[in-house]
Amino acid sequence: MPDEIILKIENLSKRFGGVTAVDHISFGLHQGEFLGLIGPNGSGKTTLINLITGFVKPTSGKITYRDKEITGKAPYTIACLGISRSFQMVRTFHKLPAYKNLIVPLYSPRVKKFGGGKYGERDDIAIDLLDDLGFERDSFVPYKVAGSLPHGYLKRLDLARCMALRPDLLILDELFSGMAMSEVAATLPMIEKFNREGLTIVMAEHRLKELFRVATRVIVLNFGQKIADGPPKEAMEKEEVQKAYLGTEVEG
Amino acid sequence: MQEAVRYRRERIDRGIKARSDTIYTLASHRDMLYLLLPRVLPILALCCLPLLMGSSYWGKVIFYSCIFALLALSWDFMASVGLVSLGQALFFGVGSYVAGGFNHYLKWPIFLTIPAATLGGALICTILLVPVVRLRGVYFSMVTLILPLLFAHLIETLEILGGTYGLLSLTPFPNNWLAVYIAVIAVVVVLFGFRRLINEDFGLVLRGIRDDDRVVMAGGINIYWYKAQAIFIAGAVGCFAGALMTHYYQFVGRSAFALDYTILPLAGAVVGGPGSFAGATLGTFILVPLSEALRALGGLRMALYGIILIAALAVLPEGIFHYIERKYHQFERNVKI
Repeated sequence: MPDEIILKIENLSKRFGGVTAVDHISFGLHQGEFLGLIGPNGSGKTTLINLITGFVKPTSGKITYRDKEITGKAPYTIACLGISRSFQMVRTFHKLPAYKNLIVPLYSPRVKKFGGGKYGERDDIAIDLLDDLGFERDSFVPYKVAGSLPHGYLKRLDLARCMALRPDLLILDELFSGMAMSEVAATLPMIEKFNREGLTIVMAEHRLKELFRVATRVIVLNFGQKIADGPPKEAMEKEEVQKAYLGTEVEG
Repeated sequence: MQEAVRYRRERIDRGIKARSDTIYTLASHRDMLYLLLPRVLPILALCCLPLLMGSSYWGKVIFYSCIFALLALSWDFMASVGLVSLGQALFFGVGSYVAGGFNHYLKWPIFLTIPAATLGGALICTILLVPVVRLRGVYFSMVTLILPLLFAHLIETLEILGGTYGLLSLTPFPNNWLAVYIAVIAVVVVLFGFRRLINEDFGLVLRGIRDDDRVVMAGGINIYWYKAQAIFIAGAVGCFAGALMTHYYQFVGRSAFALDYTILPLAGAVVGGPGSFAGATLGTFILVPLSEALRALGGLRMALYGIILIAALAVLPEGIFHYIERKYHQFERNVKI
């Protein structure tokens, strides 16, 4: 069923003291969809992702993933259901060689369930995964200490870490931030390919031009509220969205 | 006028190519010797030392050093998961009392009490620490600091397990050689076992938890379960040390929970260089004999000991082992600029 709703969010809210970071947001995510999550800085994109993946507990509301309620579940439980996320700030194990960074997700119960990654095989699987994402296996890059790699590679290493978990739903939190144009151009087709192969993707992004090339639907957030939801063009034409991005005209 | 020639120190890695942590391309016997020597030499030294010292006073010191080395290894293992323990005395004391209790009340023989104390003690320690495994950093440390004090006071006020008198006349080892060699072999096994384990996939997950537990959670791994496993492993080593000491002394008392068993292993690990296990072992094998040698000074002993500790940390903050390791893997030469 291509139209099956896999992730359902109902009236989700999160307040940090007096600030409402996410304010009564509801939407459904279809199988195989490529959803863009956009909005100005501080509009609640990362908080929404943290809520879905269990890193932050919601104040109120309900999250359902494949008919199973996951509201307030631990991050590792949610990850094992197949929701994999990347981090906005680069979070890699700097002292380990790049490919060893993937050992952690490959060691998880989810990957064990798929039968992959027995003793001694995980290194090979990790290098295969990195090879697909542009860390050529015959070069020195996958074996280098992660801390010595350039930013663009670290971002892609984070993407590889997400893919190592064999996700059903991939949530990318500003993957392209800080990447060079050429790196974005190289990474975008990879993500498109994952989507074509049936992976559902949610992508929070500030680089709208690149995002609109791949996303079939966008949700626009502003001050924690959903102000638009639909195909990119229609969403961006909405007056509220234009105001949120460009500000209101000063009258007088 | 002739200008003064200036030199710059240049550091060069010795020419063993390692493709990864585990795969070496060995070219010659010299290379093999280069890798084997730092591993074989300490093992030989550890095995020969008790023979050289015999049953003298210094023979006993070797036994104590091994006990503290085990505690330091256990500390270093917890630290490599990000759990900074200030309560190695908890492991030591629980192990001591479990072994002592089984021996005193149930008359279990020594070859049963020690395994029982190792596994049972580790289980008790894990159950005690699991509720606080969610705490991080100094908060976790505080709890570990309090637990041994709590036990010491419980035993004193409730007068359980022998109260202030302790449990007396427990079964001794058949002979001292056996005790010393069990301790020496345990140190070697734990040292090389830990060094191996921490580089396996399981160890990578543990180190990942220390470096960034959020990434590990995003990788679908239940970090609390892995922390509990790490506490069990470290606890087993600490409890084993406690059980050995109990039977060696033929006595167990409240002193098993004393601060000494926390501070000395910690100092050993820090002076030796934490994170490598070898450093923790080396550190305790320097500090314990040193503290014995200073006994001749009487009252000034602790003061001088403190000064030596501070000096060691000020001169070599990275730890003695890391310094030696660096010197071994690199050579330096002067280059003209």
